[in-house]
Amino acid sequence: MTASATARAVLDAVVDPEIPVLTIADLGVLRDVQEIDGHVEVTITPTYSGCPAMDAIRADIVAALRGAGYGDVAVRTVLSPAWTTDWMTDDGRRKLAESGIAPPGQRGPGPVLLELGIRCPLCGSTDTRLSSRFGSTACKALRVCNACREPFDHFKSI
Amino acid sequence: MTPADAPPPVATYALRLGDDALVLAQRLSEWAAKAPELEEDVALTNIGLDLLGQARSLLAYAGETVGGPGGQARTEDDLAFLRGEREFLNCQLVEQPGGDFATTIARQLLFSAYQYELYLALQDSRNDTLAAVAAKAVKEVSYHRDHATQWTLRLGDGTEESHRRMQDGLDALWPYTAELFEVDDLLRALVGDGVAADPERLRPAWASYLEPVLVEATLDVPETSRAPSGGRRGVHTETLGYLLAEMQYLHRCHPGATW
Repeated sequence: MTASATARAVLDAVVDPEIPVLTIADLGVLRDVQEIDGHVEVTITPTYSGCPAMDAIRADIVAALRGAGYGDVAVRTVLSPAWTTDWMTDDGRRKLAESGIAPPGQRGPGPVLLELGIRCPLCGSTDTRLSSRFGSTACKALRVCNACREPFDHFKSI
Repeated sequence: MTPADAPPPVATYALRLGDDALVLAQRLSEWAAKAPELEEDVALTNIGLDLLGQARSLLAYAGETVGGPGGQARTEDDLAFLRGEREFLNCQLVEQPGGDFATTIARQLLFSAYQYELYLALQDSRNDTLAAVAAKAVKEVSYHRDHATQWTLRLGDGTEESHRRMQDGLDALWPYTAELFEVDDLLRALVGDGVAADPERLRPAWASYLEPVLVEATLDVPETSRAPSGGRRGVHTETLGYLLAEMQYLHRCHPGATW
């Protein structure tokens, strides 16, 4: 294992502070890891412009790497290319569904809103309706299942 | 101010866009715990949070580019908390009081439809920072616009009372939309350089989005010749001073305070 792969393995264990079933790698927030002579530079991108978790993610990255012996760490935040839910890993989507949050669908081209056939993570029915476009965090919408009547969070496509 | 001291035009442009987002974020935050239902508390404050994020990126960029006295960079916090009313370059639409829920929805519709076209166009800016901010923000704003549209339909084509309030909100705010599409020398130069979005091109797209929404909502397009202006030169309505007093209070009382 190269040194850079070791740092990468450490970062693969850093979880999202708001949805801790996902790692920042699952989310696609972790964009790049470079290591040169013990200096580690980590590149991350925010999910939403105003995502309040970014400061916590930055601090968690530094703490995780320090814990693994990397003293010289820089975390760089980039906006471009803009984050999209298409970057979420299949593993991440599975973990979301298992924790009761409907994963995002694949996005069409352009900033269009097309959200069809969203499956209830509790009973599996696709007969669900939108309750509110904005949920407990910026990245989620609230939906209700017409079959089992339970409300659930949906990680919306962006 | 001599031309040598004038900030680079792109910094002024970023400030205009950033101040729009910042001031509207502050207005939306006023709905926390006061909206007609819990989902709307969450929705309006989430929209405010998106706008605040956009404002941070734009003000941080403006601060790096414009510099302060002695050429030192100014931070996003310096710009948000230590400028006076006459130094804010937001349009007057975003500073207007939130009014009732219908008025807030009217503003969200008018402004998010504008901001959507703005960011859509700015994605192709020759300025990499503006293009990056816009590419990210346009996706967020598509949700803001959809939210405002759904509420406009529900209120406009709802009860007599909700229709009246929605129409009143539109009538009150419509005059302020003229300023969104104003062109001045600075903007003309930046459009020519491929840096800024051309307001004259944004307007038809904005209008053609709104028209079918208002028709379906049984609302009338207000007819007015009033077109208040001045925000881009730091001339504001009385209400902005009160908004800034609340937003800047803590930072000015406790300089350098951190959470």
